Amino acid sequence: MTRSTSDGGLTLPRYLVEDPSQRTPLAFPDYRSTALRAPLREPVDLPHRLTEVTGPVLGEDRVLPHDADLTWRNGGEAVGQRVLVHGRVLDSDGRAVPHALVEVWQANAAGRYRHVVDQWPAPLDPHFDGLGRVVTDDLGRYEFLTIKPGAYPWGNHHNAWRPAHIHFSLFGRAFTQRLVTQMYFPDDPLFGQDPIYNAIPPAARHRAVSRFSLERTQDNWALAYEWDIVLRGVDQTPFEALSEGADDGDVA
Amino acid sequence: MSAPVDPLDVPADPPGPFQPRSGQRGSGFLTGPLRRGTTPSATVGPYLAIGLTWADGEWAAAEGTEGGFWIRGRVLDGNGDVVPDAMVETWQADPDGRFPSPEDPRGAAAYPGFRGYARSQTLTGEFAVFTLKPGRVPDGEGGLQAPHVDVSVFARGLLDRVVTRIYFADEESANAEDAVLRTVPGDRRPTLLATPAPDGYRFDVRLQGESETVFFAV
Repeated sequence: MTRSTSDGGLTLPRYLVEDPSQRTPLAFPDYRSTALRAPLREPVDLPHRLTEVTGPVLGEDRVLPHDADLTWRNGGEAVGQRVLVHGRVLDSDGRAVPHALVEVWQANAAGRYRHVVDQWPAPLDPHFDGLGRVVTDDLGRYEFLTIKPGAYPWGNHHNAWRPAHIHFSLFGRAFTQRLVTQMYFPDDPLFGQDPIYNAIPPAARHRAVSRFSLERTQDNWALAYEWDIVLRGVDQTPFEALSEGADDGDVA
Repeated sequence: MSAPVDPLDVPADPPGPFQPRSGQRGSGFLTGPLRRGTTPSATVGPYLAIGLTWADGEWAAAEGTEGGFWIRGRVLDGNGDVVPDAMVETWQADPDGRFPSPEDPRGAAAYPGFRGYARSQTLTGEFAVFTLKPGRVPDGEGGLQAPHVDVSVFARGLLDRVVTRIYFADEESANAEDAVLRTVPGDRRPTLLATPAPDGYRFDVRLQGESETVFFAV
């Protein structure tokens, strides 16, 4: 592991900064709500110090047994196509991120969120609240059972529809790794007109789309989609030349 | 006039192997570092309350912890209007300058009643976080940072989080020698200062405008 910033005799990891060509920009003109909200000034560089390389430990104690199964609420079965969403949480070095809290939320099968702001004429489902929480296992794996969310209209432009998606929130192990994102389903015909999907640079869009996984479907029960989530790992680019064969034990 | 060229009379290829422009027949996959592309961020959207509400979200320190106080503030958009559907998260050191995190190379600390992390939505027009004054943390350049809180702001209309830091206006001498504050132009530093209030401190986040908060690239 390359460790670079010396901090009072401590060596700290420096987390990779993804190239802007592969990172969602803060603002995207076609997504109109960004106009008054996305900051306009250049951000100031913040080298990674102790506050940035540490992060909260939030795990099993925040998760109840039914949190991994969104299809049973209020004593009944949610309406919709059951899907098993599964995958691994990794960092950009390919290492598993174990025991990490994964929070998800989504619309119901009709494309309606159980939220006072969502008032479009599609039915609520009394047996679906759209909230799930899981913790990754020792290998960074996660899985939850839900129903496939419906597409829904929104006010961004005339006849605007959001492609079906599930919201994800992850902490990783360091402040630098915090990620809130959305998972899509393959080949959605609504991608072309969706500014939130298209705000992702073309080279990185496929990373937001899950893969249909026939091998994980459950007979007579549920379809399956696989989605790996990759958080920022430790930057492997040498920060300063390591010379004189220094006895630097933590450089692999 | 020369004879017309026969387009089907293709000369033989040179005898040696072709080489790609890189000079290497292969992608370098096995010799380069293992690298996976990171998952791109997306907006938290207007319905974050479904997935991200915690009953104990606002408590970076447990209720009643000695020395505890509130940090309250608004998130304002480019019109100066309150953003009522944002979420503010905070992460900070304990009063001894240590973190409840195994990623701290000095070891994880366990300060009584202290979680270090809080999240608060702005449904009432304000966020509110109950916490303790962080201690000073080494800055990696031989000095100590001023007491500070790392902040992430998420909202509909932000395709990624924005990151800022809360410093404390009543820590003047520590602030004056802080390595991060020194990289911020003097006229913009006040946007990072929480000001004393009856039950703690106030800290507004201005996403745009003349006094746009200083945001950091981490």
